[in-house]
Amino acid sequence: MATTDATKGRPDDNKSQRPHWVDDNRANQEDLDQQIFSAGYNGDVIRRFIGFVSPYRNVLIVGVIAVIIFALSVLALPWIVRTTVNDVLDITQRDTGDARDVLFIMVGLFFGAVVIHVIVGYLQNIIVGRIAEHILIDLRRAMYEHLQRVSMSFMDKTEVGRMMSRLQGDVAALQEFLETAVVSIGDFLLLFGIVIAMLIMDWRLALLTFAVVSTLAIARAIWLPIARRAFLYSRQTASITSGALAENINGVRVVQGMSREHVNLDLFQEKADEQLWASKRAAKIGLMMIAMVDTLSGTAMAIIIVVGGSMVMGNSLEIGSMIAFILYVQLFFDPIRSITMHYAVFQRAMASGERIFEVLDVPVDIQDKPEAKPLVDNDGSVEFKNVTFGYLENEPILKNINFRVEPGETIALVGPTGSGKTSITSLLHRFYDIWEGEILISGQDVRDVQLSSMGDNIGMVLQEPYLFSSTIFENIRYNKFDATREDVVAAARAVGAHEFIMRLPNGYDTELEQRGGNLSLGQRQLISFARAIVADTKILILDEATASIDSYTELLIQQALARLLEGRTGIVIAHRLATIRGADRIIVLQNGEIIETGNHDELIAHGGLYARLYSMNYASFDDIPDELIAEAMEYSRTEAT
Amino acid sequence: MPSVASTTAPAAASTTTTDQDASGGSFRILMRIVRMAFDYPALLAVGLVFIIGASVFQLFIPLLIGEGVTTVEKIFTDANADENALRQALIWTALGLLGSAVLRGLFTFGHMYISENIAQRLGYRLRMLYYEKLQRLSFAYHDRVHTGDLLTRGLLDIEGIRAFASRGLLRVVYLAIFVGTGTFLMMLVDWELALISLSFVPIAAWRSIVARLQTSRGWRLYQEEMGRLTKIMDENLKGIRVVRSFSAEPYEMDKYDKSSDEAFNRAFHLVGVRSKNLSIITFAFLGVMSVVLLVGGLKVLDDNDPFSLGQLAQFLAFMSIMQNPVRQLGMVVAGWAQGATSGKRLFEVLDQIPEIDDKPGAKDLVLTDGALRFEHVDFAYMDEYGDEQVLTDVSFEARPGHTIGIVGPPGSGKSTLAHLIPRFYDPIAGRILIDDQDISEVTLASLRRTVGVVEQDTFLFTTSIDNNVAYGDPWAEHRNIESATSHAQMNEYVERLPSGYGTLVGERGVSLSGGQRQRLSIARSIMLHPQVIVFDDSTAAIDAATEQRIRAALQEVTSDRATIIISHRLSSLMHANEILFLEGGKIVERGTHAELLERGGKYRDLYELQIRPEDDINVRGSA
Repeated sequence: MATTDATKGRPDDNKSQRPHWVDDNRANQEDLDQQIFSAGYNGDVIRRFIGFVSPYRNVLIVGVIAVIIFALSVLALPWIVRTTVNDVLDITQRDTGDARDVLFIMVGLFFGAVVIHVIVGYLQNIIVGRIAEHILIDLRRAMYEHLQRVSMSFMDKTEVGRMMSRLQGDVAALQEFLETAVVSIGDFLLLFGIVIAMLIMDWRLALLTFAVVSTLAIARAIWLPIARRAFLYSRQTASITSGALAENINGVRVVQGMSREHVNLDLFQEKADEQLWASKRAAKIGLMMIAMVDTLSGTAMAIIIVVGGSMVMGNSLEIGSMIAFILYVQLFFDPIRSITMHYAVFQRAMASGERIFEVLDVPVDIQDKPEAKPLVDNDGSVEFKNVTFGYLENEPILKNINFRVEPGETIALVGPTGSGKTSITSLLHRFYDIWEGEILISGQDVRDVQLSSMGDNIGMVLQEPYLFSSTIFENIRYNKFDATREDVVAAARAVGAHEFIMRLPNGYDTELEQRGGNLSLGQRQLISFARAIVADTKILILDEATASIDSYTELLIQQALARLLEGRTGIVIAHRLATIRGADRIIVLQNGEIIETGNHDELIAHGGLYARLYSMNYASFDDIPDELIAEAMEYSRTEAT
Repeated sequence: MPSVASTTAPAAASTTTTDQDASGGSFRILMRIVRMAFDYPALLAVGLVFIIGASVFQLFIPLLIGEGVTTVEKIFTDANADENALRQALIWTALGLLGSAVLRGLFTFGHMYISENIAQRLGYRLRMLYYEKLQRLSFAYHDRVHTGDLLTRGLLDIEGIRAFASRGLLRVVYLAIFVGTGTFLMMLVDWELALISLSFVPIAAWRSIVARLQTSRGWRLYQEEMGRLTKIMDENLKGIRVVRSFSAEPYEMDKYDKSSDEAFNRAFHLVGVRSKNLSIITFAFLGVMSVVLLVGGLKVLDDNDPFSLGQLAQFLAFMSIMQNPVRQLGMVVAGWAQGATSGKRLFEVLDQIPEIDDKPGAKDLVLTDGALRFEHVDFAYMDEYGDEQVLTDVSFEARPGHTIGIVGPPGSGKSTLAHLIPRFYDPIAGRILIDDQDISEVTLASLRRTVGVVEQDTFLFTTSIDNNVAYGDPWAEHRNIESATSHAQMNEYVERLPSGYGTLVGERGVSLSGGQRQRLSIARSIMLHPQVIVFDDSTAAIDAATEQRIRAALQEVTSDRATIIISHRLSSLMHANEILFLEGGKIVERGTHAELLERGGKYRDLYELQIRPEDDINVRGSA
């Protein structure tokens, strides 16, 4: 992978060198190799996998029986042909008298075997296919449901893309494994059966034939890893060109704006050239096996004709057996092919299984206590008592936090990034458990109430409004099924979203694109406000957006905010001056401690950190560079002394 | 790249074709792909030779097997048979069999590889054409067509055409020659039994086609449902905070179960369809074989009939050798269907004519001082909802060294105005001039090198920071990159990163804040030293103080440029030489900051909305 280094940096002063692009797809190659080639047998994975299979034990047994009968029927057909030839058609054996009757009986037998073969084959496909599908569904559901309950700190650390690949790719690998596992029972049985049948007919000719056929197994063992690498590489080159195409489509406006079309076309051509080369090579290697199988099967048949034929002439082999040999040889190749392939499937399944069970093993640390009761929303007060909390051991984010929010009061949490504002709101929802102290909602400790009852009492508006791809109506009444259309419209009107919703092609029934991509940030925010109004909780947590929005929408949002907080207990992570100043009380956080409390005028008069930050006139406290914060803190500290 | 005369055919293909002409259309599309394949005549010719070779040697095998059995049988049937001669004959038969098998293998490999080779080349050509076309299609086109759709066409539809070329083109010739010759040979041996033997062919072919078409439809339905399920899971996990804060887990599980069950049913259905058709084909084949065994057996027993055991063996061998190609017919037909659909979708894009392109004989823009002038410009977006007038009678001039500020409510046409300058769109009336040259008369490349637009939404490419900054000038020296980055007030941040300028950004890179992205975008634009530079609300996520520093830095290097600033934040543009207030696509107020405040119109209202709350406390620092 010498190319990777060359693509890392830009050529500095060497103008003649081509510009390079970091193809991080290539970096994944080793990763992929690891995944595909390394895993071996893992008893634990198998045992737990069996746990998922056992609900279908009975059907599976029927399936396995079907597979066995199927293999036997495949074996029976050439055998019947052999007997027919030997007993009826062979001129040396022929007894003209009842030969016709025997022929009818034999063909009847043959047809009977065919009927069984077809029926059992159908059953085998249906049963195995469906069980595999069932298990896939069960595994995925178990993982997904588990992810709904695992601790938030796990979800924080976890990339969603990675989870998705487990929910899909890994689960599919196990499904494939189950299918092939059952089918390979049939394959082994078939191979074994052919060997036995041939040995019974004539062991010398059988051994000669095996010698030829086993060459195929060896050839495949050599060929398979080479072919797999070639195909893998061709897939990788394809995904690199796909990536380049995707990026160019997404960035087409920049490309055109900077007139970079020619450079990009050249770079793309390099990738497309590589893909062309790689896929032609993969095709060549893949198709080589066809020539190999054809040659070997021809060789085997030639041997049967020469050696078998001579034996027949020498009366040491029946002619029917010779014909059966020819028929059996052709049956040999399929099971050999699929068994060599199954090994790869097995390896992949082991690796996938480990990853799946890893997810299922993530502990659920936040759970209802056995005696937990639903939260009763008496008044909607919130109280933090001596709360200490952190995400990592010995690194507290919040230190001994004490405050009380009275029913109906709005407090603004203010402080630089990392001061612990978001942690406070997350704790209120019991996304995490605190180290010390207690958090009371309407006088009840959050650890003593049922988690499922929290949503009815505490509403939350995130900084980045999160919308689902469904209609606007469904998004506004999210999880509140008894909300009528009137409720939804009323909520939208209250936050001033009604007008723009009605201007959309289908009004409230407009389907939102992924994460509301067809709405502006301000509009998405208003929708998430409306959602909070429909949820109608006594307590509302609101994380204000930091991004700047045009003044017109900004005005709407400020008005909506006021409507939203009306009559609720509000905890707002505030960034905008207007919001901060509108709060009943401001809590200033610094390094996980409350350093100032009071309303705007009081804090300005106090002349501490808040006053200092305020005077810097930044759009948001999060924007202020670290140096300035340090300076302000320094300043306020010296002021205070 | 080979020339592609055949892809510049019907230009009207972009208009939606109705269902009625779909079949005729499908044929035309397939023929268009076939014509492209004919650009490789030598490969096709060799492929044809290989096909004939593969068919002939393939058919030799049952013949020789039958021959072998007959030879062996002779020792019993023919009293005069010379055993040595027979053994000799047997050896020749076996050698023939071996030779045929080897040649069959090589020829089969050959024709399949040639098919794949042609298919890959077609795919390659289409991929390059597609990429090239997408880059040239105008903004209006990209606005209309969803990026996901374009991507699907570029990936799946090219793949569909490739698969058609690989499996549906030469393979048809092979199947025709193989089945035709096979039928002929069997008829020569015994026409009655030949008809019986071959009677499984139409049934198997029919079911295989039906199965393929049904499964490919079923598969598509399944994929659709899986797509929905993926979206549900993905959104749930990404929005897990919303889900949990609403205690909506049961609702989410319900949503998941519904989609999952549906996917399950569809997968079930697929398994059913596949198993059923597979069984029917197998039954047809083996059932017919029973009949052949019976009729053939009776013929062998009939002493008046010369039909021999060897010939019966021949028939059985013929049947098993014909079985696989016939089963493949479904794949071939499905390949056609796929090729026609994919071809239609791909050619639709390839046949698009870029709405904005160099006029014939367009010359490069000649810069004298770099003055930009709008003369009575009107603009409307044309889309399926009709045309919507966005700009009406816009005139202004930006002289070198001057700044024009543009402000107005959302939807007033500000960004549109910006996009007209590099000709991302063309006005429907009026002219835009740079140094007295109409921009629609000069080459696009020279125009876009002159004009830099810093967009509101910053798109960063998945590559290092320096590659992103040098995007428009990939051969730039590193110190130029650094200086552009430092003008955009981004160098300190970049230098503090562990990998500095080599840090990967973009979709899969480190995540940058909106303001940081915008600063990189500014650096990227000023790298090109555009003579006219347009900031389209491109500092919205940058705090006011940093923005001031950027402006000051730019002032030094751009004092002779025309600058256009579009912004919601009045502090960004209040020092402009002229401020235009746009509303409903018209300039409703214009003048300097002082003049507009004086006038007391909409500009003043906006000013009060933004400035007042801070003014009255009077905590503004140095500003």
